[in-house]
Amino acid sequence: MGLEKFKDRNVGIQQYKVVEHEAFPKSNAQKFARVMKRMVKGELFVGLWVTLRTMYQALFQDDMHTVKYPFEKLPISPRYRAIHEMLRLLESGHYRCIGCGLCEKICISDCIKIDTKYDENQRKEVTEYTINFGRCIFCGYCAEVCPELAIVHGGRYETSSQQRASFSIFEDMLTPIDALSSQKEYPGFGAVSPNADDNIKKTPLAY
Amino acid sequence: MSEITIKIDGREYKTQEGEYILNAARANDVFIPAICYLTRCSPTLACRICLVEADGKQVYACNAKVKEGMEVTVSTPNILKERRAIMEVYDVNHPLQCGVCDKSGECELQNYTLEIGVDSQSYSIPDTKRENTNWSSVLHYDAGLCIVCERCTTVCKDMIGDAAIKTGARGGEKLSKEAKDSMPKDAYAMWNKLQKSIIVPSNGTEHTNCSDCGECTAVCPVGALVSRDFVYSSNAWELERVPATCAHCSSGCQIYYEKKHTSIANPDEKIYRVTNEWNFVSLCGAGRFGYDFQNDVEGKDVEAFEQAINAFKKADTIKFNSAITNEEAFMLQLLKEKLGVKLINHDAKAFKDFLDSYSKASGSSLYGSDFREVMKSDFVISVGASLRNDNPNARYAFNNVQKMNKGAGLYFHPVGDMLVPTFGKSVEVFNHKVGQEEAVLYLILDLFGDKDKLPVQTKDYLASFHKTVKKTIKEKVMESVTSTVVDKETGESKEVTKKVPKMVDKEVEVDENGLVSILGGSDNFAETFEKMMKKKENFSLIIGEDLYFHPRARNLSRLVALIEDVCDMNLVMIPPRTNSLGVAMICNLDEEESGYIVGYNEHGHFRLGARGFSKLDIPALNQQEGTFVTMNKVVVPTNPALEYKGYELNDILNEFDIGLDETIDFTPKLARFDGFKDIEFDDLPNGYTNTGKENRGYIIDNISVEKQAVSVVEFNDSIVLEGEIAYRCNPQRQFNDFTDKSHQINEEFALYVSPSKAQTLEEEVEVEFDKDTTLKLKVVVDDRIDGDIVLVPDFKSHQNIYSIFGKDRYKTVTIKKG
Ligand code: SF4
Ligand code: SF4
Ligand code: SF4
Ligand code: SF4
Ligand code: SF4
Ligand code: FES
Repeated sequence: MGLEKFKDRNVGIQQYKVVEHEAFPKSNAQKFARVMKRMVKGELFVGLWVTLRTMYQALFQDDMHTVKYPFEKLPISPRYRAIHEMLRLLESGHYRCIGCGLCEKICISDCIKIDTKYDENQRKEVTEYTINFGRCIFCGYCAEVCPELAIVHGGRYETSSQQRASFSIFEDMLTPIDALSSQKEYPGFGAVSPNADDNIKKTPLAY
Repeated sequence: MSEITIKIDGREYKTQEGEYILNAARANDVFIPAICYLTRCSPTLACRICLVEADGKQVYACNAKVKEGMEVTVSTPNILKERRAIMEVYDVNHPLQCGVCDKSGECELQNYTLEIGVDSQSYSIPDTKRENTNWSSVLHYDAGLCIVCERCTTVCKDMIGDAAIKTGARGGEKLSKEAKDSMPKDAYAMWNKLQKSIIVPSNGTEHTNCSDCGECTAVCPVGALVSRDFVYSSNAWELERVPATCAHCSSGCQIYYEKKHTSIANPDEKIYRVTNEWNFVSLCGAGRFGYDFQNDVEGKDVEAFEQAINAFKKADTIKFNSAITNEEAFMLQLLKEKLGVKLINHDAKAFKDFLDSYSKASGSSLYGSDFREVMKSDFVISVGASLRNDNPNARYAFNNVQKMNKGAGLYFHPVGDMLVPTFGKSVEVFNHKVGQEEAVLYLILDLFGDKDKLPVQTKDYLASFHKTVKKTIKEKVMESVTSTVVDKETGESKEVTKKVPKMVDKEVEVDENGLVSILGGSDNFAETFEKMMKKKENFSLIIGEDLYFHPRARNLSRLVALIEDVCDMNLVMIPPRTNSLGVAMICNLDEEESGYIVGYNEHGHFRLGARGFSKLDIPALNQQEGTFVTMNKVVVPTNPALEYKGYELNDILNEFDIGLDETIDFTPKLARFDGFKDIEFDDLPNGYTNTGKENRGYIIDNISVEKQAVSVVEFNDSIVLEGEIAYRCNPQRQFNDFTDKSHQINEEFALYVSPSKAQTLEEEVEVEFDKDTTLKLKVVVDDRIDGDIVLVPDFKSHQNIYSIFGKDRYKTVTIKKG
């Protein structure tokens, strides 16, 4: 894709319709005449009729337009950036995060903190991981920088809280181990592009 | 050395003759890629990435010296090819684990891979399994990450002197013939070596059993060598670096405390590690690992503070040691002036007396040289210092001279040391008797002095030790021997005359130096000494604490002044503790303690201290700003790494109306004392320039004082100690209460003995100094000690060891079963 499209600021096809209306009243007499005309015409009942019609359709013809939030939610795009999720490795169930700290570093509102240590198996263990959602601006940088596809954005967007600082800890964000089978790969920010293979030069192996 | 001009990439630069191209470039802010070279150590040519073209020839910038008018090109097409291949080779089989690696973000392999622009790999070879190991209580080696640049082995040998690690066999596959033919030459040579080696302890075991200085972890360009405590605990970029000065010994090394919050749950700041400018300063284990000695207090303890004020009001004596800043010393001096109390400081007092007496004899207030000069010399002598324990940087200098300057060294000390003789082939050790230090200085006068400059008396005295003796030596002569041989082919017999060497006895007249034999030197010392002196021009003398704590300290100080005068030597002294020199210059110290004693970090009736068990807490040295005077006679600043919430000495001064707003307001006021300057604390720099020049604080003026006509007296053997002897000396890495508190320093408060001595002792013993003074101590073997003298540490101030030893550093003791 070239840059032309981006440079073309005249977006979309122009489909504006000019609304036809009578001329605005100019003198007081004209104004008085308009008021009288409207009173006699009974426009109020037109509106009332529309309301009743819709009510009838909703109640008896099963044609409801309102979403019953919070009992009902609209689906959101996979690229939407809501509360983070931490994924696990599908085979072993071990958390994917290696504690590299890149998300912590890149976070522009400085709300990620990680504790790590050297464990018995000579691995780097993530002992705790927190995000301060009171500061997070859901920019998606963390998910984009993560080399392990460990931190991703989920769909949980209800983040109102009674405190300014509302933290999430590692456990809150990790895929519950019993829900591992339903863990989905994230197609949004930072996911591997479909043509990733074409962009990589292979390293020779001597085996 | 003279200044010359060279051209790098067409631009002219000034540099010193005899400098390596790499150093010349660095000093002029020109970048030449280089991995394996360490300033102050010998070039190893392990990485070969520093290739440059000099006057049309490819050379290694780290080991080719500049010449007047030399034209250097940093990159040619061929060199770029080599560099790219070298970096690709380093990346072959290098684990893809930057994500967890401790070095990530400050890794030279990462940096150079990016700098050289390696975006694809052309080489491969089967990998070899390489294990993670812990070499010691502090060293963690991940062979998988090691690029065998040999910086660790080089620094350990050339700077530290332990030579505790070396390259060992990796057991990797051989490179193919094809690789050799197809690869750039230097890259192949580098790979060939890399494929064969990893780093292993040199003693053949799994463990280094070394000084645990951690300098190898500092120089490692990758994540292969990391301190065990630090592994996977933090990423480099999260840590805030606080430039400071190590608080533990008089080297006053420049360090960075690196800190961040303790954990997610605990936002209090914590020091995670200490780092240094390893190209220009080498730390010891105390400085590197002894950093978590802060005094954590909840807040201001008003009650204790009132008690302290009352204690000061009724005090007769304030007792302290020299692990304090100049500002604290100044404040104590002000308290003395205001309250009329005595100031007692054992280590600084002895040093001050020695210095005073020295300056009267020499005419200058301080010793003439510093350790930077010592490092440039090619003959270094150490007297009265247990080099391995007293001051690590004095030892590094001694070692570095042997390794880098083709130097020689004389080491005089009563306690045998297994490490010092390994510093170089030309190191001679005299394990003389305790009390013979005067004889040692006379020997130095005799060996190095310009006899014509000596007072007649001294000259005659020295001559009295010499006598000419007849000696039979074996000499090789060539003798002609004639024999008959039969030629196998022709059967003819022939007479053949051959010259064969034969040893014959020959009588010669030799000069025998009585001083050498008095000090227990070897019989052929004269010969050895002649060899040591070959091509030597620049001499240094290191004086240690044994001489300040000596019954004849005054005569020793005069002898030292005389040596400096007639031997043309760089003279340096090792102040006993961190800031003994500063305290000696600032405080008016008294002889004897008496009455009610307020202990400032010391034993007393009322104790203020930075270690938990005091009545009133004061900040530790990593929690306060202030200055020290180092053994190089430089006033250096230190900064607080951690917060301190309690009272400090300035608050007490304010109660007596002699305080200032901030402790550092005292810094410019130090100018009241000779040698100090009127400079604000915030104007004191603390770093190094690219050339390695120390840019820290300011240098103390060495002031001329009135020279008094004093004469040295002859030594006598009556003060020589015999029998069971205890030596006041700390184990390596322990210096004071602060190193003791640090969790990574675990050398205990015990009796340190040689392996042979340990055979004769129980596991725990009672060391009896006199009827009323005994110490119950565990016996710990230090296999680098030799001989029978036992070492009693003084790092725990509440044990009051300085008072037990008094004005001596050696005492005869009785050792009983504990
Ligand atoms: S970037 Fe990913 S792997 Fe690295 S610490 Fe963050 S979540 Fe873990
Ligand atoms: S040593 Fe450097 S390149 Fe190797 S894993 Fe560690 S950070 Fe990465
Ligand atoms: S800790 Fe010091 S002495 Fe030990 S191997 Fe490393 S550099 Fe050598
Ligand atoms: S351990 Fe580090 S310093 Fe030593 S050779 Fe390996 S990479 Fe170099
Ligand atoms: S204890 Fe002395 S030698 Fe060791 S790091 Fe500190 S100042 Fe340097
Ligand atoms: S720096 Fe010159 S060979 Fe490594």
